[in-house]
Amino acid sequence: MTVTTPASRGRLRAAASQAWGAVALPVLSILLALVVGGVVILVSQLLEPNGSLNPIRPFEAYRSLFLGAFGNVDNVVETLVQTTPLVLAGLAVAIGFRAGLFNIGAQGQFTLGALGAVIVGVALADQPGFVAITAAVLAGTLVGAAYGFIPGFLKAISGAHEVVTTIMLNYVANSILAALVSGPLKVPNSPSPVTRDVGNAAFPILIGTDGHLGLLIALVMAFVIWWLLFRTTRGFEIRTVGANPDAARYAGMRPKLITVFTMSLSGALAGLAGACVVLGVTHKMQSSFATSVGFDAIAVALLARSNPLAVLPSALLFGAMRAGSNRMQVEARIPPELINVLVATALLFLVATPVLRRVLRMRGARPVTDATPTIARSYGGSGSGPGVP
Amino acid sequence: MDVISILYGIPVLGIVFQLGGYLIQVVPTSAPIIMRSVPPLALGALCGVMCERSGVVNIGIEGTMLASAFTAWVVGIGMADVMGHGLAGPLGFTIPLLIALVAAVLVAIGISLLHAWLSISVRADQIISGTIINIAALGVTGYLNTIIAATSPTSAGAFTRVTLPTSVTDLPGIGWLLAALFNQGPITLSVLVLVIGLQVWLFRTRWGLRTRAVGEHPKAAETVGIDVVLLRYRNVVMAGIFAGLGGAYLSMEAGNSFQANMTAGRGFIALAAMILGRWTPIGAFLAAVLFSLFQTLGQTIKFLPPTGDLTIMLQAPGQFYDALPYLVTIVVLAGVVGRSIPPAADGQPYEREAAT
Amino acid sequence: MRGITKRYPGVVANDHIDLSVHPGEIHALLGENGAGKTTLMNILYGLARPDEGEILLDGRPVTIAGPSDAIARGINMVHQHFMLVPVLSVADNILLGEETMANRVFLDRNEARRRIIELGQRFGFAIDPDVRVGSLSVGWQQRVEILKALYRNARILVLDEPTAALTPAETEEIFAVLRRLAAAGHSVIFISHKLYEVLEIADRITVIRRGKVVGERDPGATNEDDLAELMVGREVQLVVDRGDSHPAGVELQVSDLRVHDDRGTEVVRGVSFEIRAGEILGIAGVAGNGQDELVEAIIGLRKPTTGRVVLTGRDMTGRSPRALTSAGVGYVPADRHRFGLVLPFPIADNLVLTTYYRSPFAHGVVRDDGAIEQNGERMVHEFDIRTPSPTVPAGTLSGGNQQKIVVAREFERDLRLLVLDQPTRGLDVGSIEFIHRQIIAKRDAGVAVLLVSAELDEVLEMSDRIGVMYRGEIVSIVDGRTADKEKVGRLMATGAQLEAAEAAGKAASA
Repeated sequence: MTVTTPASRGRLRAAASQAWGAVALPVLSILLALVVGGVVILVSQLLEPNGSLNPIRPFEAYRSLFLGAFGNVDNVVETLVQTTPLVLAGLAVAIGFRAGLFNIGAQGQFTLGALGAVIVGVALADQPGFVAITAAVLAGTLVGAAYGFIPGFLKAISGAHEVVTTIMLNYVANSILAALVSGPLKVPNSPSPVTRDVGNAAFPILIGTDGHLGLLIALVMAFVIWWLLFRTTRGFEIRTVGANPDAARYAGMRPKLITVFTMSLSGALAGLAGACVVLGVTHKMQSSFATSVGFDAIAVALLARSNPLAVLPSALLFGAMRAGSNRMQVEARIPPELINVLVATALLFLVATPVLRRVLRMRGARPVTDATPTIARSYGGSGSGPGVP
Repeated sequence: MDVISILYGIPVLGIVFQLGGYLIQVVPTSAPIIMRSVPPLALGALCGVMCERSGVVNIGIEGTMLASAFTAWVVGIGMADVMGHGLAGPLGFTIPLLIALVAAVLVAIGISLLHAWLSISVRADQIISGTIINIAALGVTGYLNTIIAATSPTSAGAFTRVTLPTSVTDLPGIGWLLAALFNQGPITLSVLVLVIGLQVWLFRTRWGLRTRAVGEHPKAAETVGIDVVLLRYRNVVMAGIFAGLGGAYLSMEAGNSFQANMTAGRGFIALAAMILGRWTPIGAFLAAVLFSLFQTLGQTIKFLPPTGDLTIMLQAPGQFYDALPYLVTIVVLAGVVGRSIPPAADGQPYEREAAT
Repeated sequence: MRGITKRYPGVVANDHIDLSVHPGEIHALLGENGAGKTTLMNILYGLARPDEGEILLDGRPVTIAGPSDAIARGINMVHQHFMLVPVLSVADNILLGEETMANRVFLDRNEARRRIIELGQRFGFAIDPDVRVGSLSVGWQQRVEILKALYRNARILVLDEPTAALTPAETEEIFAVLRRLAAAGHSVIFISHKLYEVLEIADRITVIRRGKVVGERDPGATNEDDLAELMVGREVQLVVDRGDSHPAGVELQVSDLRVHDDRGTEVVRGVSFEIRAGEILGIAGVAGNGQDELVEAIIGLRKPTTGRVVLTGRDMTGRSPRALTSAGVGYVPADRHRFGLVLPFPIADNLVLTTYYRSPFAHGVVRDDGAIEQNGERMVHEFDIRTPSPTVPAGTLSGGNQQKIVVAREFERDLRLLVLDQPTRGLDVGSIEFIHRQIIAKRDAGVAVLLVSAELDEVLEMSDRIGVMYRGEIVSIVDGRTADKEKVGRLMATGAQLEAAEAAGKAASA
């Protein structure tokens, strides 16, 4: 179309305003979150001994945060390293959302995936790298898939809502980790329980001093999942079951099967994330694994509106915040938990998008949770009755 | 006793009977310990009952309790700093503690108001709304806790327990039960009152009837003139009081300080208790007791070791007993959910009749 | 009510309507679906505010702020779809909103029970106040709704299509109750579109058409033809000439089918019929008599308890929807938002909802987006679906165009059997005509068509043979060319054979 008619100009404008709306509101949520974070920093100053209200403090904090994330090459690499598990775990949560499932269990699947990778890695520590790495990654992914299968299966056969079962499984995973690392996996005579090193199963470094293979894996998986979701029949089924399970049944799909499949796939991705962290960064495991990846992944998925490609920039944002928080702690003496506050506040504004929209009198149709069909609908008992296949 | 020996002897099923026998035998002595775990679960479940009976799903009970626990601790410290501890009244009540308790409940009410707004007016997905509250509570309390803990604060203390005279606790048959129920601090004692109170309220009063109708068939309620939105707001906010007490219990009665992520999933176990208890206060309370039993089993077997085939229980690693309450919750949910029916309109945002 | 006018976007629901009702009078409000009766009563009950006009009670103008205000003034409404909470008891349902209190805090259920039993006796029925409403039959639920109104000292009782789901016997019982109410001085406004019922029960009849009052009648001075003419008007209805059918071999055979609904009640009770290729079997019946479940059982969305569904000689009973659609069955569901469309998805995706896994739309696991989009363009054009492009979400289209998507998708396949359930409900005239023409075209091409509709006109217009479904059974099957609207209408509403219905009518007026 070389000639723009008034109609096509109108369409273009409408499309542009829609795109603007799609990006502007998430960005606005982040900005508002930063403002709230600033307020929290100011208020918390009063709680410190000899606390005084220093209005510059929030700006100092954010400056350190930004520099810590992007200040020099090493920092940028560190940001990418932090982003890697967030991409994979974010994909896990996003694909769950697409099927109408809320996988809060990414944390547990992540932990056990890491554990699985370590166990196999340690066992194959002396084998050629290629073999060891592939086997360890596969192990982590499969363990994660199994741990995702459990709540999926329970939901399909009994209707037990995955929100509660996955959270319970998160705690169980912590116990399993502690039991195994303090018990059979423990390196004898070590002061605190820790496993052996994974040796040749450790990821090679690709960029800088820390940028490991996981970066590449995460990038590739984002495209793979996007392709799966939008270019394959299975992906179409997943999306249809999430959008309208009844129509999906008529279309010949089997919602229960899709539920189990998607939860397993989601678990696999989260397990893969855990494997990447342990094979790429720590190379061994301790008896407790403190990580915020589980919750961050939810924020990543929501911000990305469950779109696999959008997960990349979304994860980068949160990865940058996590990476920069070290410097923020050292330079501006702000505890890294502030990031949790920022994440939660951003989520709050994202969810309240319709209100924001009204306040700013913006056009546009649906809230951010629209790609996330109403999950609460399936809470409390399955929807099928007698005679419904 | 012959029957019992026979039951114990059956392969596989025998273990189940032995376990049952052991638990029954152990309950009287371990009852006080079990009861100490009950309040957060029971109060959380009551909060859930009140919200869901009105038709609002509240996954954020965990975060609400965590925030209340933290607030109670912090305000207690602050007040103790400012005004000293003062004279201790009955059950250990001091002015700082009292103010801390009130503050904790107010924070819980505030959080509930947020959830109510998101669920009822914004009509966001209620599970996402609850999850955000959990994440926010975890983040804010963790952050502030790190800052405050660095100042080595002195706690405001904790509530103390009633001590029944031995003439009561030594009564045969029910002595142990009375001791377990009443040798407790103020919040625990209030649980019993609140459970019965809520049960009566829900089934015998006008507001309880309206609540139940709104949770089942809000349209029908609207056509007889009930303001569905107002009722839901009121109930969710009031339900916050229960969660506030549950959280305050952790840092004011069970202990006297706050640790990061203190609630450790109790808010979710509380939801399972609510489901198991069929959305009734008394049922939820009994279910909470059951879950508490499993939560304290690890301790119980240490001072009352099981015998016979059950000695294998002593060999399980400590982490197994840590995980036990969560595993039991999953099993219960998978087994019960299909048969335990929630209020029909649970989780569905409500659109008012267009009164144009 | 004087000069009541109410406008909604695009339509004048009530146009300067006058209505007056006297104490002790049963006043019928007669009109077709969409004529404006319910809107008028919503205004009276406070669920809507009139744009013009006034309401007078006892001669004094009043403003009704909402349902509680209406109730306080003695106006009570029994809605077409019951507003009862199934898990609560009769007493609790009646108490709700008008709770009798023992003191400031507690409900007085004993007093409520006493009053309920007494009211029931006064008006001719015995009711157990502690029974769960969900376990009551429809007729008894109706009585509970009436009791709700009486408990609140209703002076005016508005009943919206009260006999829609009642058996003839239950209808007579309710009429007896209404007569006693009127005798006791209450006023009853009876909304209906059933001519003979209105003639039987009403003291006066007001007929509404397209939002206006077109006539007031005394039942003694009118008959069904007169009322029908008033209700429907003299406009010529555009009727598609369906021509003759040339049925060939039997395509669908349903034998002794029994199906339960989600609550476990048997709603299809031994249905048997057959449809030949090239003919349209229309199933008439008021919605809720088991048609949806019958259709769902045929299409595979619901498993029948017993009975058989045989398609072209192959037993397809209880097979999956995909098996049936692959075998050449097309389905246009009654609830298009639930079974027919995925609203957030683009039109093109909806158009391949049942064929997405096959070539050319997919090769193995990979979807062919180009083929899907091309197909979308073609079908949008062919079926005249009004949309800027096939990539917009289906949810943005009007009801008529959404239905066209479903129709397009189903009609595109190689069909042996086409099943349509309420295919033109809620659609504009243009879309209705289009879809009807498409159905006839399919029939002429040799497809067997099962058309289920609550719109009697549609069934009469389209069907070669007409079956009437009543309370889970096919009551009788008549030839479409000779079917008489009144006769079929009576069958729909009473389920009895014609002679029995006439006999019942005679007995009631004796």
